[in-house]
Amino acid sequence: MVTDSLELVIKAFLVIGAVMTMAGYAVLLERKVAARVQGRPGPNRTQIPILGSIPVIGTFLTRLGVFQPAADGLKFLFKEDPLPGHVNKFYYVLAPMAAFIPAMLTMTVLPFGAITDPVTGATSPLVLADLDIGILFILAVSSLGIYGIILGGWASNSKYPFLGGVRASAQMISYEIALGLSILPVFLWFGGSLNLFNVVQGQSQVWTILVQPVSALIFLIAIFAETNRLPFDMPESETDLVAGYNTEYGAFKFGLFFVGEYTHIIIGSGVFVVLFLGGWTLPFITLPAGLFGAVLSVLIFLAKVFVIVFFFMWIRWTLPRFRYDQVMNLGWNKLLPLALANLVFYAIAIAVIEQLN
Amino acid sequence: MATKVVERKPLSLAERTFLPQIVSGLRVTMKNMFKAPVTLEYPDERPDIPPGYRGVPTLVKDPNGREKCVSCQLCEFVCPPKAIRITPAEIPEDAETAHVEKAPEEFEINMLRCIYCGLCQEVCPEEAIFLQDIFSVTGTSREELVFKKDKLYALGGTLPDSHFKWDKKKADELAGNPHH
Ligand code: SF4
Ligand code: SF4
Repeated sequence: MVTDSLELVIKAFLVIGAVMTMAGYAVLLERKVAARVQGRPGPNRTQIPILGSIPVIGTFLTRLGVFQPAADGLKFLFKEDPLPGHVNKFYYVLAPMAAFIPAMLTMTVLPFGAITDPVTGATSPLVLADLDIGILFILAVSSLGIYGIILGGWASNSKYPFLGGVRASAQMISYEIALGLSILPVFLWFGGSLNLFNVVQGQSQVWTILVQPVSALIFLIAIFAETNRLPFDMPESETDLVAGYNTEYGAFKFGLFFVGEYTHIIIGSGVFVVLFLGGWTLPFITLPAGLFGAVLSVLIFLAKVFVIVFFFMWIRWTLPRFRYDQVMNLGWNKLLPLALANLVFYAIAIAVIEQLN
Repeated sequence: MATKVVERKPLSLAERTFLPQIVSGLRVTMKNMFKAPVTLEYPDERPDIPPGYRGVPTLVKDPNGREKCVSCQLCEFVCPPKAIRITPAEIPEDAETAHVEKAPEEFEINMLRCIYCGLCQEVCPEEAIFLQDIFSVTGTSREELVFKKDKLYALGGTLPDSHFKWDKKKADELAGNPHH
C-alpha cells in the first residue's frame, strides 16, 4: 500500500519533471524556429560556467541555445513580482494558477508508452491514471484552463486584458464543439471505448489519420484554437490587444501563464498522437517485451509529439493571425457543419461495415 | 475621370478552404529554415568597411614617420560644427624638419560634435587628416571623447604617400634651389 503510493508519487514527479522540461525546451524550439524562418541564428549566447567552457561541446551547446530555458526560468523567478493597484487582488493571483493547474492535470490520463510483460505477454499502458473515460477527462479539464484566461482578463481591470478574456471565452466555446465532434468517429471506430490505451492498441496496423483524415484535420484546427496558438491567438494578439489577457502580469505569474500555454500545446500534441498517429506504436513493428520495449515506446511517442509540436511552431511563423470575425465564421459556419457531416458519415459507414461482417 | 472597375473573381472552393495556400506558405518557411542565417553577430563579427567610408577623422603620418599636419588650420575653419581646435606651434630651428616651419602643438577633435562630413579631409592641403574605418566611439565622459593629438595619431597610423613633398623641397634646397 505504502510502496504503491510511493511509486505513484515518484512516477508523478518524473512525468511532471519531464513535461516541465519539455515546456521549457518547447519555448526554446519556438524561438529557434522563429529565428530560422526569419534568417536569424536565434538564442546562442547563454552559457553555464563549467559546462559551457568545454572546448567543442560547450560552444556547440551554447550556439544551440541549450542553456537558454534555464536563464529564462531564472529570470521569471527573480524579477520583481508586481501587483498593480487597480486589480482585483484575489482573482488576479488566482488566475495564473487556474491556467496552469488544468494544463498539468490533463497529463495524468495521457498514456505515453506501453510495457509488455515478458512472461504473460499482457500489455499495459504507461500512464499515471488509466481511466476508462480518459478522453472525457482531458476534454473536461483542459477546457477548465480557459477560466484562468478569463479570470486574468477580468481581474486585471483594464480594457485590453478584458477584451482578450472575452475573446478567449468566445473562441473556446466555438471550437470546443468541433473538437468534441471530430473525435467521436475515432472512438466509434475503435468500438466505443473512451479509454485512450485501447485506441492506441487498435492502431498498431493502420493509423487513424489514414482512415479518418477529415477528423484529424478538424481536430488539429480545433486544438490550434483551444491552445490559443497562432493563427488563432485572439486572446493575446499583440498587435491589437498589447498582450491580451496577460498584459498586466509580470515575472512569475506571467511565467505560469506562459508555461501553462506550452504545456497545453504539448498535451494537445500528445492527444493528437494518441488519437491519430498511433501513439507509441509503429506500423508492422512489434516492440520487444520488457523494460527495453517500454523505454523504446516512450521514445517513439516523444518523437511523434516533437513532430507535432514542431508543426505547431512552423504554422505559427508561417500564417498571419485571423481576424476575430473570421475565427468565429470558421468555427461556426465551416468547422461545425463539417464535423457534424463527418460524424454522420462515419457513423453510417461503421454501421454498414458492422452489418457486412 | 475614367475609372476602371477591377474585376474580383470569387474564390474557388480550394481557395476558400485556405489549405493549398497554407501548404505553399509552409513550403516557403521550411525552405527558409534551411538557409544560413543572414545575421552579422556584431561584436564578434565586423562588417566589411567599403573604401571611401567616412568614419572617425584621424591624423596620419607619412611613411617616414613625419607628422604631416602643418597646422594651417584650414580644417578648423571649414569644420561646420567647429569640432576641431588646433594650437599651432613652430618647429624648433634645430629639428630635422625645421623647413616645414609649423606643426600643431595640440590638435583636438571633439567626437561629440563631429558630424563625419569629411570636409576636413577634403580641405587639407597636406593630406594629413583622413576619415578612416573606425565607426564605433565610446567613452564614459565628455572629456574622454575630445580626442587629443596623440590619440588621433594612434588611430590614424600611417598611410602610403606618393608625394613626399617636404623631402623634395629639402632636397631641392640643398641642391641650391630654395624656391622649389
Ligand atoms: S590637418 Fe591639414 S588642414 Fe588641418 S591644420 Fe593640419 S594641415 Fe591644415
Ligand atoms: S568630419 Fe566634418 S565635422 Fe568632423 S572634424 Fe572633419 S570637418 Fe569637422
